[in-house]
Amino acid sequence: MKRREFIKISGLSLGAFALFDPSFGLIGEIPSEKNKRFPTYCEVCFWKCAGWTYLNEKGEPWKIIGNNDDPNCNGRLCPRGTGGVGMYYDKDRLKTPLIRINERGKQTFREASWDEAFEYIANKMKNISAKYGPECMALFTHGSGGAYLGHLLKAFGSTNIAAPSFSQCRGPREVAFAVTFGDIVQSPERTDIRDTKCLVLIGSHIGENMHNGQVQEMSDAIDKKATIITVDPRFSTAASKSKFWLPIKPSTDLALLLAWIHEIIYNEWYDKKYVEKYTFGFEQLKEHVKSYTPEWAYGITTIKPQIIVETAKEMANASPSVIIHPGRHVTWYGDDTQRIRAIAILNALLGSWGRRGGLYNPDKVHIPKYPSPPYPEPKKTWRDAFPGKYILAEEVLASGICDATIPSSERDCTFKGWIVNGTNLIYTIPDQKKTLNAIENLELLVVIDTMPMEITGYADVVLPECTYLERYDDIRNSPHREPNIALRMPAAKPMYNSKPAWWIAKGIAEKLGLGNFFTYKTIEEKLDWELTQIGSSLKEMKQIGVKKIKRESDDLYFLENQEIEFNTNSGKIELFSTALENEGFDPMPKYTEHEEPPEGYYRLIYGRAPMHTFSRTANNPNLTDLMDENSVWINPKVAKNWELKNNQYIWLQNQDRVVSTFSIKVRITERIRWDSVYMVHGFGHSDKRLTTAYGKGASDSELITKVLIDPIMGGTGMRGNFVTFLTENPN
Amino acid sequence: MRYAMAIDTLKCVGCSDCVVACQTENNVPIGFCRDWVVEVTDGTYPNLTLENRSERCNHCTNAPCVRCCPTGASHITEEGVVLVTHNKCIGCAACITSCPYDARYTHPEGYVDKCTFCYHRLKDGLLPACVSACPTKCMYFGDVENPESSISQVLKNRKWKQLIPEAGTEPKLYFLI
Repeated sequence: MKRREFIKISGLSLGAFALFDPSFGLIGEIPSEKNKRFPTYCEVCFWKCAGWTYLNEKGEPWKIIGNNDDPNCNGRLCPRGTGGVGMYYDKDRLKTPLIRINERGKQTFREASWDEAFEYIANKMKNISAKYGPECMALFTHGSGGAYLGHLLKAFGSTNIAAPSFSQCRGPREVAFAVTFGDIVQSPERTDIRDTKCLVLIGSHIGENMHNGQVQEMSDAIDKKATIITVDPRFSTAASKSKFWLPIKPSTDLALLLAWIHEIIYNEWYDKKYVEKYTFGFEQLKEHVKSYTPEWAYGITTIKPQIIVETAKEMANASPSVIIHPGRHVTWYGDDTQRIRAIAILNALLGSWGRRGGLYNPDKVHIPKYPSPPYPEPKKTWRDAFPGKYILAEEVLASGICDATIPSSERDCTFKGWIVNGTNLIYTIPDQKKTLNAIENLELLVVIDTMPMEITGYADVVLPECTYLERYDDIRNSPHREPNIALRMPAAKPMYNSKPAWWIAKGIAEKLGLGNFFTYKTIEEKLDWELTQIGSSLKEMKQIGVKKIKRESDDLYFLENQEIEFNTNSGKIELFSTALENEGFDPMPKYTEHEEPPEGYYRLIYGRAPMHTFSRTANNPNLTDLMDENSVWINPKVAKNWELKNNQYIWLQNQDRVVSTFSIKVRITERIRWDSVYMVHGFGHSDKRLTTAYGKGASDSELITKVLIDPIMGGTGMRGNFVTFLTENPN
Repeated sequence: MRYAMAIDTLKCVGCSDCVVACQTENNVPIGFCRDWVVEVTDGTYPNLTLENRSERCNHCTNAPCVRCCPTGASHITEEGVVLVTHNKCIGCAACITSCPYDARYTHPEGYVDKCTFCYHRLKDGLLPACVSACPTKCMYFGDVENPESSISQVLKNRKWKQLIPEAGTEPKLYFLI
């Protein structure tokens, strides 16, 4: 038997809540008035739109409506935000702390009190600290609770705090933009879509990815007759709204981008004043792209030369109000930083960085931190596990922590304990076998979540977090055109025996003797202190939910002829990257060919549906009512060859002979190229405790076994996997 | 006064926020809906078009559902909104059969239910929930008899179509194309 078997708890009794905790009084104000509204910001995705939770006549959460003053949503939530009430009402929620035990040779969970769970975790953490050092604890987090659990981990002596949103998602673009402009793209993106004249999307499917502010602004741009150019092997929703749809051969985007750079330089369509004043390395770039002609790119991308020229001209005509969108989930082929570098270079040539209708300069509020002792200095970090590698990665690699948990003779830092909050690592990090191998080598795995996601099945301790509608969290401080803050406060008391992350972090800290890092009795005390520092108060924020604060200076866009020192080695926008050169990488992007699908296989492309976020919403009753399973999009010509019928269920098998656990519905559609298939990420849940999501659709994650690592920043490229079809149940 | 709704298919991304916003606002039980999204693809790769439409009751001026209702539960208000009085409805479903838009369903509590243009909100000067929630702002709602209203303006300045006009029901839903 494995030390850490996956526990299927379908038979486990979770009915009794005798362990009701008497400390509710410390959670904060419990609303009781009927038909009242309480400010919140959404936790269904990272956009964190601010809104109001309304109660019904029974005093229960009824509906969530956007806050009109919030620049992230302008009073309009997306379907996930509107359907956020489903998270609260989901009957499958985690209900009480669980501890893994061995019972007659069988591993199972037993219900535990919070005190017992904290004691167990603290003892294990102390043990790990004594044996290996506190740095061998890591935190994975993708949610608001991360602020408190991160504070706990730093107080404990570890800075290994990772969000999969870096190495599995937007990392390459942040690194590419940082080495080019000396600043990252940020979230929400600094794209001035509202005022753009030309929006270029490279595989970015705004409208299907429901990043609210961007969707709204794309709609504004359509109203203002902006040109949209979409590059995608799939006829996405955005493609259908575009003047130009370039149905590119997958994995060849960099060739198209280089040909655009070529055209813009050799036709002298670039912003000459801007390029001369602000950029470094133009002559080298000009020489570098000499051979990257539209004719050359045609042979690679299948996009006709005249279309390449015509679209380059469209961008130039709109300059500087043009956005070559940096994208968000960009870990595709392993040369992603270089691909996004080409995007950054195009924006630089067209003078869109720092200009209206291009990429604006966002600003945020400086909120002083609640007084706390200094953190201990860690003796080592995750970087010690990768000597000389990924120097330019400015955030912790989630996949790197995973790799460095698997023991190796070459490695000094090996992780022994994980705390996982709000991220289902089994579905988030590619190569599931490796993730499970890492988990098998842990001495402690604590999972803090609202739902019994797959990762909880491998935990030693499962802690039920209450949903965002039942808790306070840190003040939301989003960078935007206008700095602004938003408050989240509970609209209901936590259901079952669930608790907010701040309370959990404080509880564990106290057991570890680190209570001096959490001196506040209630979270309201901390929030009010912080708000007072910036001229507001908890009382005020409860009334208004969102507060905008005026920019200190008028620097949303660059002024004409403004002198600017960019945060790069040369102080200029680096078309030729000295930072990349110093680390031994190509200072300017070169086209690299990628593996193509073998005969009978199709490239697996995955994406989003507007009503779901990752794998975290697949059990939400309101959202599964809109979409309860994914389908595999297959071109009609391919379907004919395979004699597939619409709505038929098939299994997918990848190049490594990994077969999907569950079958998936066939959707025969002209909207996908013949060399690829497409599916929405986040389905095919295998944990039976997710009673709605279990077995619905297939999981792309389990088919992503080939991972193309970006040598610059350690991102995990996931688009190099190929699948074929099985019509008979292979399992 | 005649209420109508226009949906800009050039902006609608088919996200279904209108559906959830309606469900929560009107306590529509899970598994049922008063509005829904239709996606129509045409052409062959790579010469394609795609239309997303948020659909619901057309609040027809010549409404077959009202004409066939045996109890008078289905009726038209003076503002042109087609409503069902739940406690007058016997659930015979004649209206469901007669509706060319398939806009009605039988509520688990036995009566027939459908879009009301959020009549309860209109009285408070609020827009229908779907219109006020839509992230793409693709829906316009108002009085088509007032030439100054945003809906009258948009219908004057844009090309539009209606669904199944040949049924002769005089629908009040317009789709901007």
